[in-house]
Amino acid sequence: MENLKKYLTEKVLLYDRDVLPAETLRVLQTITREKTEAPVVYVSSGTAGIIAGSNKTAAAVKSYLETVSRDARVVRVGCAGPLNFEPFICVQLPGKNRLFFRNITEEKVDTILDGVFHDDLPAEELVGQQGKRDYGMWPGVPFMEEIPYFALQKRNVLGNCGCYDPESAEEYIARGGYRTFVKTIRYYTHEEVCSIIEKSGLRGRSGGGFNTGTKWKSALASGSQMRYLICNAKESDPGSFADRTILESDPHRLIEGIAIASYAIGATTAIVYLRSGSAIAAERITKAIQNARDYGIIGHNIFSSGFNLDIIVRTEPGAFVCGEETALIASLEGKRGMPRLKPPYPTVSGLMGKPTVINNVETLMNVPLIMENGPDWFRAMGTEGSKGTKVFALSGRGRYQGVVEVEMGTTLRTVVDLLAGGVRDGKNFKAVILGGASGFFLDEKLLDTRIDFDEMSSLGIGMGAGGLVIIDESTCIVDTVKYYMDFIHNESCGKCIPCREGTSRMLEILENVIRKPRSEDSLTTLERFKGVMQLQTIAAVMKEASLCGLGQTAPNPFISALNTFRDEFEEHIFDRKCRANLCRGLRTFSIDVDKCTGCTVCAVRCPENAIYGTRLQPYFIVEEKCSGCGICYEVCKFSAVIIK
Amino acid sequence: MKKVSNPIDEILGRYKPARREDLIPILQEIQEKEGFISEQAIIRVGNHMKLSTTKIYGLATFYDQFRFKPKGLLHLVVCNGTACYLNGAGAILKKIREELGIEPGETTRDGRFSYDVVTCMGGCSNGPLILVAGEFLTGVKPEDITSILGSLKKNTTSENI
Repeated sequence: MENLKKYLTEKVLLYDRDVLPAETLRVLQTITREKTEAPVVYVSSGTAGIIAGSNKTAAAVKSYLETVSRDARVVRVGCAGPLNFEPFICVQLPGKNRLFFRNITEEKVDTILDGVFHDDLPAEELVGQQGKRDYGMWPGVPFMEEIPYFALQKRNVLGNCGCYDPESAEEYIARGGYRTFVKTIRYYTHEEVCSIIEKSGLRGRSGGGFNTGTKWKSALASGSQMRYLICNAKESDPGSFADRTILESDPHRLIEGIAIASYAIGATTAIVYLRSGSAIAAERITKAIQNARDYGIIGHNIFSSGFNLDIIVRTEPGAFVCGEETALIASLEGKRGMPRLKPPYPTVSGLMGKPTVINNVETLMNVPLIMENGPDWFRAMGTEGSKGTKVFALSGRGRYQGVVEVEMGTTLRTVVDLLAGGVRDGKNFKAVILGGASGFFLDEKLLDTRIDFDEMSSLGIGMGAGGLVIIDESTCIVDTVKYYMDFIHNESCGKCIPCREGTSRMLEILENVIRKPRSEDSLTTLERFKGVMQLQTIAAVMKEASLCGLGQTAPNPFISALNTFRDEFEEHIFDRKCRANLCRGLRTFSIDVDKCTGCTVCAVRCPENAIYGTRLQPYFIVEEKCSGCGICYEVCKFSAVIIK
Repeated sequence: MKKVSNPIDEILGRYKPARREDLIPILQEIQEKEGFISEQAIIRVGNHMKLSTTKIYGLATFYDQFRFKPKGLLHLVVCNGTACYLNGAGAILKKIREELGIEPGETTRDGRFSYDVVTCMGGCSNGPLILVAGEFLTGVKPEDITSILGSLKKNTTSENI
């Protein structure tokens, strides 16, 4: 182990020329297992994989290998992106490319491995092969990058995800990692690094879209001796999991990005600010930092360059607002995570009053690639104003869920129709929600929008951190808006009045819209209408007057939903009807006398005791008692329960 | 050498001198060790850091992560992220609230159950999700809740409290 460390440090990290000698490459190939003596089985180990049962799969693989007494290694790799493939395994035979199999639960392991070892490839689970064309090709098996799902993507940031063991620094170094960082601190000045990044046109990926290099320059220009870099890995929007996938699958690249960014701004302390409740990500990044420290990649006087760096991991204690820069800093200082007025911006006065740069995970993941390939390589991708790629976390009602990465300038339609595979279960598409809890509802018409900071902001929308949720006709727009408002209302920190009171009032009015009317006399109806008219006014005030981004963007889902789905709101308010039949308050049930056999199932299951009748005679529902829960509708075997 | 008698003292001993920015990590460590933050713990931290207990309590209540009552023997983590919500997590939460009679962050009187709500656990294709005792329950339906809680209850009684 010590020898390997010495070898990698001297022959790889500190090697002066760009291209490594053939002899070193041969050694590295054995570390990356590009060429192997014994078979290797790769099993996924991301959160999504574990939820789908990959730990059991790994145990089954091990016990299979023991039973057939085959000498093979089992390697746990990160998440490859598509959640529907979980738990996946890859099998690599000596002299052959890796084969990628999807949905391998523990009971399937034996058949699959038997098949591969006896040259009888199981067709159903096989997705494709990974590797080189000139070496070990499987005839008749498509390459992963040729499969439409991957061909449409441009995987830079996600390039390493699912390919290597995230707990092994050796493997990352053997794949060419950390060399860029060593080169950077040896041959470039702080200003040069900032200029390269500025020239590449990399913009912050957390929503704001500010030029990263420019931000670094302004921090570097401040005269202070002490500066901080914070990696904001606190994505806690409901439905965002891109950053976590990266942390779990490729923590070393992130560390390299953080190290280069810290060098660029002259920070000696960098902090990774994690969200709470992602234990695997926390464990991996902590371990990776320790590994990097062992290799001297972080520490004191790194590779005799005179640059010192320490990376600290801190877990946020659970407050959505702490994703906002100034609130994040307050929380790191041991205070309540409340935002403050800007300016001064954190680049001038941030953590402990010192200049602080806060970058998103995805932004930092791009940095080593730009330093390695040069700014022109990065500029060649994307559109006029937005360069590079963008990662999206797809979830909701699409056929495929998962993390995808596309070039800037791709239309949302491509992402929705091709990468998410359209809507599942043959339902009709309704909208996508872009950007999480403070995001936007985009209908069919807006799908041709290109993924581009400027084009989107001219339409008044933004992509936020890249959460993309697809909803279909079975989803109620008003209910979803209420869900987001409920979330923001819970998370509002309470410092400024527009947000604290605005979210409460908006939630209250939305609840009124979908609540069962106790009595429908003229006064209550009038009050309800009045409230609805006020919604738009409140939204405008919040947008204008809130202190931080949380409050300013909180009405976004409502405003965009009202613009595109006004008819659905009106149906709820005037007709007291929900087309998706989701809003409990607005639906009532009755029993079809002809179909009911009097089997008593609904009456037994009814939580409100609202169903009466005599056994083997048709039952009936007392409307006043019915809460609209729909259990009777679900349990009835004779479809005798009708929704009104 | 002085013998360390209390896990809280042991944690505080590692933060000497404790600065204000150490407050959240200290509370997080105490919670990890003890499962919750007790009144005693807040007083000790206050003495150690020369901070008034109201300040500490004020900070701790601001954040969702901290709880001030012990967790139940069985702690459920229910996902209410967008994907899970669209697939019916709202109804599941309502059902759990009815069955257990407690709000998120509380513990039942017999100390058996407690639950928390989180906004995304990362299993969006398998939702709705519930994490209990290290096991993920996938594709949970509201009508399953009664039987899930029932079988969990049976298991705890045999092991006993």
